[in-house]
Amino acid sequence: MFKQFPQSTAKPHSSKAYVCFSSIFILAYFLAAQAFAVVEVNRFESDEQEARYKGLIAELRCPKCQNQNLLDSDAPIAKDLRRKTRDLVNQGQSNEEIKTYMLERYGDFVLYKPRFTAATAVLWLGPFVLLAIVVLVLLVKIKRKQEAELIKPSKADDEAVRIKVRNLMSDAPSLDDPNNNDRN
Amino acid sequence: MPLPDSLSLIFMKTKYLIPLIAFLSLTVLLGIGLTMDPKVLPSALINKPAPNFELPLLHDTNSNFSPVEYKGKRWILNVWASWCPSCRDEHPIFNEIAKRTSIPLVGLNYKDKPSDAIQWLAVRGNPYDRIPSDLQGDVGVDWGVYGAPETFVIDEQGQILYRHAGPINPKLLETEIAPFFPEMVSLFEQSRP
Repeated sequence: MFKQFPQSTAKPHSSKAYVCFSSIFILAYFLAAQAFAVVEVNRFESDEQEARYKGLIAELRCPKCQNQNLLDSDAPIAKDLRRKTRDLVNQGQSNEEIKTYMLERYGDFVLYKPRFTAATAVLWLGPFVLLAIVVLVLLVKIKRKQEAELIKPSKADDEAVRIKVRNLMSDAPSLDDPNNNDRN
Repeated sequence: MPLPDSLSLIFMKTKYLIPLIAFLSLTVLLGIGLTMDPKVLPSALINKPAPNFELPLLHDTNSNFSPVEYKGKRWILNVWASWCPSCRDEHPIFNEIAKRTSIPLVGLNYKDKPSDAIQWLAVRGNPYDRIPSDLQGDVGVDWGVYGAPETFVIDEQGQILYRHAGPINPKLLETEIAPFFPEMVSLFEQSRP
């Protein structure tokens, strides 16, 4: 029923050979990944069109991936959308028209730089509103601190007050007198 | 400008609560974030005209299907493929819809190998009235499809009423799709005790 596995007769590999072999395999893995990286032949009528295509696929986001643009993604949908972008560029559509095409189908998600609409306003204005709040709080705090400093008597005032109090209490025993026993 | 005394007193007393309040609100916000699925994209084509197309049929490549055929009817477009595991899960639901209702069902065969698709339907049953095959996925792109399965409801004027990305389940069918089809609503009402 069950085949007997043949006993290995090979000598155990020396650790040096092992390291050598595994590094070759690891290297081969990365080289292979390079070799299979996106290889697409795209033909454009002009360099300007090619530049626009490259800009667009860098700015458009792959709808299936959470954080990759069309340029980086190897997902099938990204491939389809790159092809669509190329075709639209070749048809002579402007960048705005192509972005609108994608936006109408895949929503704001597809643009890494979403347009300013009521739905995306928080995204665009939120940081500035937060900054304004922080600056306001800081200003109020600084102002209060300054006012507090103004009210607090300075060192010179301290001395004047001390003399004034001593004069008022001139019949009281001297605070500086070491023989004063009143403090006990 | 100093705050009025009473206000400033309240502020002094509650000052130490600010970090706690900030922490709690952040927790609540992040908690809400956890319950959301970032993979679900809002449907951009809702209430917009369904993009037109013309594609050869899976079983008869000499004939074409175009959505224009269903003008005046309310129909369902299901995007499926033999390579898609969740299509297998939702398929019995479409078989049921085909058996019990007269709603036109179109199965857009998305980026599939026709021979695999035909075999897949032979095994699992074919609920579709028309099966256009979108070999390259171009029509998919035009409809904003980003994976299979997806399901659309298109109205009599050719407008997209509803779109769901991902598999349909019985609960979703009852709560989200049935309301568009009176005959489906009555089916669910009959099945209730």
